[in-house]
Amino acid sequence: MKHLLSIDDLARADIERVLDRAASFAEVAGREIKKVPALRGRTVVNLFYEASTRTSSSFELAAKRLSADLVSIRAATSSVTKGESLKDTITTLTAYDPAAIVIRSPHAGAAQLVAGWTDAAVVNAGDGKHEHPTQALLDVYTLRQRLGSLDGVKIWIVGDVLHSRVARSDILAFTRMGAQVTLSGPPTLIPRGIEALGCTVEPTLDRLPEADVVYVLRMQRERMEEAYVPSLREYAARYQINAERLQPHQLLMHPGPVNRGVELSGDAIDSPQALIAQQVEAGVVVRMAVLYELLAGANSRAPLSVNPNVESAVAA
Amino acid sequence: MSVKGLYFRGGRPAELLIRGAHLLDPRTGLDGPGDLLVRDGEIAELGAPGALAAPEGVETIEAEGQHLFPGFVDPHVHFRTPGQEHKEDLATGTAAAAAGGFTAVIAMPNTSPTIDDASVLRALREAAELQARVPVGFLAAITRGLKGDDLTEMAELRDAGALGFTDDGRPVVVAGMLRKALQYQRLAGGVLGLHEEDPSLSNGCVMHEGAVSARLGLAGYPSIGESTIVARDAAIAAFEGGRMHFQHLSAAESVEALAYWKGRGAQVTGEASPHHLTLTHEAVLSLDTRFKMNPPLRAESDRQALIAGLKDGTIDCIATDHAPHAAHEKEVPFEEAPNGVTGLETSFASIYTELVKPGIVPLALLVEKLTSGAALFDLCTPKIEVGSPANLALVDLREQWVVGEHGYASRSANSCFHGRAFDGVVKLTVAAGTIAHRHPSTTPATTGVTA
Repeated sequence: MKHLLSIDDLARADIERVLDRAASFAEVAGREIKKVPALRGRTVVNLFYEASTRTSSSFELAAKRLSADLVSIRAATSSVTKGESLKDTITTLTAYDPAAIVIRSPHAGAAQLVAGWTDAAVVNAGDGKHEHPTQALLDVYTLRQRLGSLDGVKIWIVGDVLHSRVARSDILAFTRMGAQVTLSGPPTLIPRGIEALGCTVEPTLDRLPEADVVYVLRMQRERMEEAYVPSLREYAARYQINAERLQPHQLLMHPGPVNRGVELSGDAIDSPQALIAQQVEAGVVVRMAVLYELLAGANSRAPLSVNPNVESAVAA
Repeated sequence: MSVKGLYFRGGRPAELLIRGAHLLDPRTGLDGPGDLLVRDGEIAELGAPGALAAPEGVETIEAEGQHLFPGFVDPHVHFRTPGQEHKEDLATGTAAAAAGGFTAVIAMPNTSPTIDDASVLRALREAAELQARVPVGFLAAITRGLKGDDLTEMAELRDAGALGFTDDGRPVVVAGMLRKALQYQRLAGGVLGLHEEDPSLSNGCVMHEGAVSARLGLAGYPSIGESTIVARDAAIAAFEGGRMHFQHLSAAESVEALAYWKGRGAQVTGEASPHHLTLTHEAVLSLDTRFKMNPPLRAESDRQALIAGLKDGTIDCIATDHAPHAAHEKEVPFEEAPNGVTGLETSFASIYTELVKPGIVPLALLVEKLTSGAALFDLCTPKIEVGSPANLALVDLREQWVVGEHGYASRSANSCFHGRAFDGVVKLTVAAGTIAHRHPSTTPATTGVTA
């Protein structure tokens, strides 16, 4: 694996390998000193062209816990606001000889373009409405930790699928891991032709009780202004996941940040079925595993279950 | 120099004997090997293969096994002049045309400034008379600045040489404005070329709406965004009795609407581009910006409808919508990239390879559709017949080439066929009686000497 650009690039076995590695890093996360020397002396660039709290901070933490040197660049503070093209920015950053570039962009395919312009490993941290592969990996990780396997698990993804890169990566990852995916949301926010990805579409939540997992997407206020839904009130009435709609046997997930009272009610967020905090926690170890896989895994032929105490097993 | 609405730099009249080529002209019925003699830039004599001898000073080209067609006509190109010469200019654009076998092209007015004023058009004509290697005609804007608010001085623009009018790149959104342009056409003449698109269905969209846009998370422009406006405008054309040409049709429903209104006697015509005839939205899965154009590549069913339309006559001609962009402009994420692909150098070869060779479209039909754009804009259709000015394309169908392998004659390289292997190499182009393009392999075999 040279880059992580899309879930499409990963076979089921690849996903399992990365997540097994993440599980071994979870053990490190439980210690007082949470650092391993795996990427010592190597540089990771975080290049974020969009506001992000959890994705950027978890990538930063992941790089630091692997002992990498980290450069974090926010579009607002860099020369990109002065009109420098993405290509020129990458050329400049490549001069620092980074081992990896983690990029978040408002445009589909940006990470793929960057991969063509640099020798560094490129990690897609979200490209437009296209994909967010590390989010999907941490979602699968969270479900695996809880359920053991996704085979035959019925997952409903509810809300604004049209504008969601998380939904696209999740559909691909969940189905690849054997789950059955159903999409539900206002018909204006379900893209025409999405069934081709191997999922089904339900315009209402009538059959929601059949779900094992309810994955709720963020509902952005600007969608009202664009007339995709008439009002937040009507959206909430039809699609909000609340304690009444959420069954005791169901698990609840959300990529964050949550609009409390819009797509999720407070009682659902705080219910014992909610895995939202576990998803955030998984973010760091899964991103550690991704960086490790790209920068140390393939080259070092390290054993599947890395012992973080033994430097030689992960250096090379 | 000008030839009935077309402008170019001219040149020494060709003196050529093309021997043994397969002559194919669907309009004169020629379809077999023969010799063709060009004297003083005109087709002087046709004969059986080997029957003609080169008079003194006449170059002989041995063309056995090659095909000689009437020169192609492209009624839809963007030469970016004035204002965006870093993408293309009249010299490089017409060089690309000549390299593709074209002997006449029509340039669109969405330049900077827009061709919406007779003085701008006159200056452009003068530039063409200095730089254009093949004859170029010009359309002027329908509305000032392509803004859709006020009609241009269509009558004066016609006097200044405009073949017709278009706001190409943009639709005429308001039906009432289009109706006024059609009414005014009775005074000014000139066909209206229309880029059909309902912005309320296409705003912000970057590709066809369907399974691929759903997968990629790109905003999708549905087929009905084009076809509903085709149907609307054809109805207005029928009502006013005006002439209207639909540019770069992409959707099956548009072909249906055009067929319906043709059947009702409306004076409406339509074109399809090589990329819409040979590619679908599946190509966009690569996120390669060379597949970004407007209208977008659509579904396989749309492509099949365009091919069927070409065969049953609903689609009148093939037009490239040659739209050059500089490398740095296309080296950006898909959503950021400008619309448009080049097409002049690959038009014949792409369709020959993809549709003629597999037996989907007859070769004669391809030649007809690559030349029929002329009559739609009241230009002379190139013909292989004695007494006609020599407008000829000599093509070797047996030879393969890789697109872009040796660069492009165009200033820009944004071909959606870049790297593809195609059959059909243009060996020689004679435009308005002058040699406009000569493939490096087409060297003079012999020059006739006094017997």
